[in-house]
Amino acid sequence: MTETLLSLSGISKQFDDKTVLDELSLTIDDGEFITLLGPSGCGKTTLLRMMAGFELPDQGTVTLSGVDITQTPPEKRPLNTVFQNYALFPHMSVFDNVAYGLKMEKRPKAEIQERVEEALAMVQLEDFAKRKPHQLSGGQQQRVAIARAVVKRPKMLLLDEPLSALDYKLRRTMQVELKRLQRELGITFVFVTHDQEEALSMSDRIVVLKDGRIQQLGTPREVYERPANVFTARFVGQTNFFPGRVTKIEGERISVDVFGLNRDLSKPSFRVALNQSLHVLLRPEDIRVLAPDDTEGVAGKIVERNYKGSTLDSVIELEDGSHVMASEFFDEDDPAFDYSIGERVRVSWVDGWEWLLAEEGDEPLTDEEELAADDAEH
Amino acid sequence: MRWLSRSYLALVYLLLYVPIVVLIVFSFNDSRTGFNWGGFSLRWYESLFNNHAMVQAMWNSLWLALTAATVSTCIGALTALALHRYRFRGKKVLNGMLFVVMMSPEIVLAISLLGLFLLLGLKLGYVSLLLAHVTFCLPFVVITVMARLSGFDERLPEAARDLGASDFTMTRTVLIPVIMPALMAGWLLGFTLSMDDVVVSTFVSGPSYEILPLRIYSMVRVGLKPEVNALGTLLLVFSLVMLMLSQWILSRSKQ
Repeated sequence: MTETLLSLSGISKQFDDKTVLDELSLTIDDGEFITLLGPSGCGKTTLLRMMAGFELPDQGTVTLSGVDITQTPPEKRPLNTVFQNYALFPHMSVFDNVAYGLKMEKRPKAEIQERVEEALAMVQLEDFAKRKPHQLSGGQQQRVAIARAVVKRPKMLLLDEPLSALDYKLRRTMQVELKRLQRELGITFVFVTHDQEEALSMSDRIVVLKDGRIQQLGTPREVYERPANVFTARFVGQTNFFPGRVTKIEGERISVDVFGLNRDLSKPSFRVALNQSLHVLLRPEDIRVLAPDDTEGVAGKIVERNYKGSTLDSVIELEDGSHVMASEFFDEDDPAFDYSIGERVRVSWVDGWEWLLAEEGDEPLTDEEELAADDAEH
Repeated sequence: MRWLSRSYLALVYLLLYVPIVVLIVFSFNDSRTGFNWGGFSLRWYESLFNNHAMVQAMWNSLWLALTAATVSTCIGALTALALHRYRFRGKKVLNGMLFVVMMSPEIVLAISLLGLFLLLGLKLGYVSLLLAHVTFCLPFVVITVMARLSGFDERLPEAARDLGASDFTMTRTVLIPVIMPALMAGWLLGFTLSMDDVVVSTFVSGPSYEILPLRIYSMVRVGLKPEVNALGTLLLVFSLVMLMLSQWILSRSKQ
């Protein structure tokens, strides 16, 4: 079942002396939904275009089912692409757009008719065959683009940020629909996005990219719960970075000093030494906000509260000035559950929910930088 | 205030259209002198069509405009595509040179073309006219097509290739249909420019191939004949038809 479909090995690419992909290797299994996730300029789109054949690597090879296709032009590759802005042919009807690929294969008319109708039915656009692309809404155009790409029954579907132009609600619907299509068709999907939420909810595996290198390759759960480095932890979801110091190493357990609390944790996979500084990572939903008279945790005060419907997100300032993000589900037993700004609380977490990372050259961003990065994303 | 703005608008349109209306009205005037109304008549149209030299000049002009517009559209479209698609040395210079041809006074172009043709020993006539007309139409076509291409979605050719079209098939089935309105517009522009050019044509035409603007010009030099009014009216109708045709093509391509 997990047979390798496409493999990239030692791929490098430069544009005007700027390295876009740096000796990157990746294998994609038959039938999986794999997502290339990263900030803009990380090389994810270039990588996808290389699979499609629009870019040639400076170094390295691309093989599809064991055949070297590095130099094969796009029209000869059994892969199809769904482009970011759909790239529908504006002078053709929806039917002709979808039929284009089959006409190129010189299929008989009756077969084209049947397969196009089938593809349009699959995306629920049977009644729109005669329309021109500009008479359709964004979501409908998106469906046409998908129908046009899958009608040729490619071995692999490449999707270049296909949902980025849609509004939030429609995007959610299309996410579900894409997943359904992928299950029904059994085609391998390679999906490019900068939206980590989208990546987490849709993928079988996620490739986190930065500066043309793979930062982490794993299931959504691995990437979210056990990020390989500071970048991944920061890029995928929100994370609290607590400064920790190793105070004791004993077999498979270590003691770490965090904000003066001595926590007994299991030993991470990387090497640790006594007195070493490390990052203790906690997702906002792992944080427990306690009453000020509690014996556990670190003291702080609420500086921000955001009502999110199902959760209450708050930011707590600790005595040393660092900020902690917490996200709590509403408690059905306590409908009045809320905080006021300035309220004194204590912050803690359940042992075992943290994740440890070694310190890297690049230190965590300050709050301001973090906000700036958030703004850039939206 | 409103009254003022309305009358201002009326004045502008009056100035624009009075000469044209006068021309049309007097083309149906039976009187020989242009200033008094002698009753409705088609005699000037009749005498126009009986003027063999005039009719010949009309056909010559039409044929010249047709061929010049077609040739310059073909060359211009390819030039625009090359400038749009490829990066090469001297691209900027080439681009700038188009504007030089467009901006330079027509008389300069006329003199230099005449000099060139004499140097080459080219007999002045249809061929020299065609070459000259293609020369001054070309930049307009290139710029029209380039404007369309700049709004062209670069992903369209890629989508076509992705779906299995070769470069040639892609050009035929996607690129050309999408830029068709610009090609049409460029062609019409070239046609009109060629049709009413006087300056360059005066220099590079010979007695073997007389064209309409020059014929009219030589006619009015010896006095304004009412035949010219009739001719002007016909040309006006022709331009209107062409204009409506181009609008119709444009609106259809947008659907």
